[in-house]
Amino acid sequence: MNRLSTGGQIDRAKTFRFTFDGVPYDGHPGDTLASALLANGVRLMGRSFKYHRPRGVLTAGSEEPNALVQLRNGGRQEPNTRATTAELFNGLTAVSQNAWPSLKFDALAINDRLSNFLTAGFYYKTFMWPAAFWEKLYEPIIRRAAGLGSITTEPDPDSYDKGFLHCDLLIIGAGPAGLAAALTAGRAGARVILADEDFRMGGRLNAETHALGEQSGADWAAAIVAELASMPNIRLLTRTTILGAFDHGIYGAVERVADHLPEPAPGKPRQILWRIYSKAAVLCAGAIERPIAFANNDRPGIMMAGALRTYVNRWAVTPAQTVAVFTNNDDGHRTARDLLARGLDVAAIIDTRADAPACDGAQVMAGAQVIDSAGRLGLKSVTVRQADGREHQLKLGALGMSGGWNPNVALSSHQRGRPQWNDEIAAFLPGADLPQGMQVAGAAAGRFSTQAALASGADAAMQVLSDMGKTGHAPDLPMAEDGKTRITPFWHVGGTKARAWLDFQNDVTVKDVTLAHQEGFRSVEHLKRYTTLGMATDQGKTANMGGLAVMAELTGQSIAQTGTTMFRPPYTPVAMGALAGRSVGRDFRPFRLTPSHKWAVEQGATFVEVGMWLRAQWFPQPGESDWRQSVDREVRATRSSVGVCDVTTLGKIDVQGRDAAAFLNRIYCNGFAKLAVGRVRYGLMLREDGIAMDDGTAARLADDHFVVTTTTANAVAVFRHMEFARQCLWPDMDVQLISTTEAWAQFAVAGPNSRALLQKIVDPEFDLSNDGFPFMACGEITVCGGCPARLFRISFSGELAFEIAVPTRYGDALIRRLMAAGHEFGVTPYGTEALGVMRIEKGHAAGNELNGQTTALNLGMGRMVSDKKDSIGAVLSRREGLQDEKGLRLVGFMPRNPQDRVIAGAHLLETGAELRAANDLGYVTSACYSPTLNSYIAIGFLKAGDARLGDVLRAASPLTGHDTEVTVVSPHFIDPEGERLRA
Amino acid sequence: MIINHPLLGPCDAQEFTYLGDARLIERPDGMADGAAAAFFDYAYLRENPAGEHRELWFHEQGDRSWLVVTRNTLTHDIISVELARDVARRQGRSA
Repeated sequence: MNRLSTGGQIDRAKTFRFTFDGVPYDGHPGDTLASALLANGVRLMGRSFKYHRPRGVLTAGSEEPNALVQLRNGGRQEPNTRATTAELFNGLTAVSQNAWPSLKFDALAINDRLSNFLTAGFYYKTFMWPAAFWEKLYEPIIRRAAGLGSITTEPDPDSYDKGFLHCDLLIIGAGPAGLAAALTAGRAGARVILADEDFRMGGRLNAETHALGEQSGADWAAAIVAELASMPNIRLLTRTTILGAFDHGIYGAVERVADHLPEPAPGKPRQILWRIYSKAAVLCAGAIERPIAFANNDRPGIMMAGALRTYVNRWAVTPAQTVAVFTNNDDGHRTARDLLARGLDVAAIIDTRADAPACDGAQVMAGAQVIDSAGRLGLKSVTVRQADGREHQLKLGALGMSGGWNPNVALSSHQRGRPQWNDEIAAFLPGADLPQGMQVAGAAAGRFSTQAALASGADAAMQVLSDMGKTGHAPDLPMAEDGKTRITPFWHVGGTKARAWLDFQNDVTVKDVTLAHQEGFRSVEHLKRYTTLGMATDQGKTANMGGLAVMAELTGQSIAQTGTTMFRPPYTPVAMGALAGRSVGRDFRPFRLTPSHKWAVEQGATFVEVGMWLRAQWFPQPGESDWRQSVDREVRATRSSVGVCDVTTLGKIDVQGRDAAAFLNRIYCNGFAKLAVGRVRYGLMLREDGIAMDDGTAARLADDHFVVTTTTANAVAVFRHMEFARQCLWPDMDVQLISTTEAWAQFAVAGPNSRALLQKIVDPEFDLSNDGFPFMACGEITVCGGCPARLFRISFSGELAFEIAVPTRYGDALIRRLMAAGHEFGVTPYGTEALGVMRIEKGHAAGNELNGQTTALNLGMGRMVSDKKDSIGAVLSRREGLQDEKGLRLVGFMPRNPQDRVIAGAHLLETGAELRAANDLGYVTSACYSPTLNSYIAIGFLKAGDARLGDVLRAASPLTGHDTEVTVVSPHFIDPEGERLRA
Repeated sequence: MIINHPLLGPCDAQEFTYLGDARLIERPDGMADGAAAAFFDYAYLRENPAGEHRELWFHEQGDRSWLVVTRNTLTHDIISVELARDVARRQGRSA
């Protein structure tokens, strides 16, 4: 056992059972998976991405590149989880990744022997030829060989929430700086959110041994957290990662509500994605220690010096009884001192500095370097080259590396801010161009001593209070260590042909950076993409600095000149479930139900999503096995007697005001100024570039009152467009708009018996005769003994038809009344398919024809565009290019053999022409089987189509293989004179 | 982003839909001489500034106001927010 007998912030009274690769182990509350595994003597925790090298923990935090494991199983299986942040719970199951057949014997470790072929850019060079092999052969093999964990294919049983928080001050990180800031702002009454990714607040105070006043750092932190928790104006978010700094003080955060539990409490989410609106923020994200590259520096047991003492101090765990430290700065010595104090054997402090300080109880090898390590599955020894050149082997089980500390500047540069190099601490500091409202304090600002961190946190909060006009008082901060940073930069041990790792997760070594340099990939952005340095799930938190330092050395530039790559959100990986929130399955997006939906369900209708609506597609009857049987029946019944269709989904816009007519006259390309009250007119709207945007009808209910309809799909866009015209183009027209789509239930009643049916519903004082209510009439009426309603004599089907609207709450009642009253006529409900068949038979344009590429002229409505008035799109519709005599025209097509199917999307060619783009004459937009004509029919756009009626063409779809000879006909297949409409 | 709506105060940009250059307010007269050339400019020519940009946002999930937002495209700083209707009036579009 590697658990020390005393100390640590763990609850030794309780034991948790967990398994790793099927082997049972014990741990304690307060442990992470990594600390518990180390306590059980497990150093080997994973295999590396490319070379399948054995790996153990490198760090004790979220920057971990090596110890990635898969947690849980079934629907909760979660790959690529850092063992260093996975909080232990009773029953946790974890397995290693990227190793087969086992972690100790991994067949693909052969890649390690082949490393000379697997250097930077290897697959660009190796798998170039033949090109067709890439997708089928090379990529699957590479993906299998170089992998991380595997995702589950089962649905996630947990729920994820999204939430919004507001605060005066967001404090990111609850180490000494964050706690001091929270205390200062909290006592002054500011609304504060303090967030920390750890499950225990305190940051490095939990990992260090030095005192704050009379207390240990951890005890001081616990006392402050307790005071903060008692303040109603402070919200403490533990287990919460601030993932990004966005515009205007907005931050994204993921709170892991239940990742530390076997499963979430009933009704609780697993995680919450917070959007935090802050007036100010203080970034107290601390610092991240960086490794030193030397030959074989990636063996299990080699870790960051700061992490080594974190395991000893916070979790009372050591990876081995004999350890050494390899450092270029004084902080490495602190690790040695802490380990000595716990009775561990420190074999040596190997310090690259010739003037290294001495250390009580440990041999300091000044000016020395670690030049190699040994131990296949775990560290056994290191080879040290002393200042005098002599080489010396040390037997040990763990080595702490300290290359210095990088202020954690990531969030400070999410708004394109560039970090600035600082020679004194040999690291990048946050630049001046911080995100709006942000300050940086503590180690993140390079204030590395505890005393400086506390003071800078309090100062930042005082500044925020003063900006808010609040009076604050700097708290009495305890005395704490105030050591100076003493470092001599040292990045990698030279003079070796062996691989020395920079990026542990993506297996990028000093050799790869050298190769990138030789091949001309010298800017940091090129270096990153060519070698994949910093592109793994850890985003190079421990790797990037070393990589660019090596590049700087190769190019002879300074590190400041070399610069850093961009930091981008998220700070650490975010689960897809958290981003999706509740928008999964049926709730992926909202959907809307028509007023007749309940009734249609009772009829057994098949539904289709149209926009956000669920509409009845057809109503199958007993004995109908194919949708075509249902649709053909609905069409025949409507055309021979009467059919009813819910058309509520069409957009309805109420237009009122003295200038309503003048306004519509500018919105529609055709004239509306002279439309009489009680009449409806078809209207075509153009975009300003002259292309058709949408069509519909406008009914004039009064001098100053119109009801405009839009297509279902464009209801929102047309309303937006009309508001634009009203507010931005003609701001003082007296006109008001409101969408009434949901306010009215509207049904099309179509067919020769439609009038007879409606006469049974409409109150008798309203005259529905052809004279009393002619084609294109409209009016406000009552139905069923006084229910208010609107009636429009308009027809999409080409039959004698009406649309009747009642307030939505009466829609269900109305469809039931219509069906009951229509029984004697054999009234038939029809769905969107029959609606579509009938409009194609009639030659009415719809979405397929108003496809964003067609003009009024293409649609056969060129003469509708009035040149007597200024309307949107009219001027540019008259451009020469859109007025081509031989341009596309809407026509109809009949296959020469009526049973030959014509496909929408088929292209039109001369019958003898080869099927290629140069011979293209146009395309089919809508096609269906017409039960009225007993033939397939289609409409579409044909070059000079109006001059080609009677010609035979080829309609071919290379996509579906359909290739049909068709005769060009008028698009109005039925009743071209409109006699039925006016009956 | 947060847009400070002149009537409603600070609102999240998610409540809005974006249209583009506020020059779209300056629609030419379709009946005037030279309308074709004027409309060509109006429909197709846009400045693409790296810096301050006046643009149209529609408060679709809110009060349906069209706003003219002056925004720095490099920093996303919002310099001013006005009702598009007021801007249109100022530009003489009341007629």
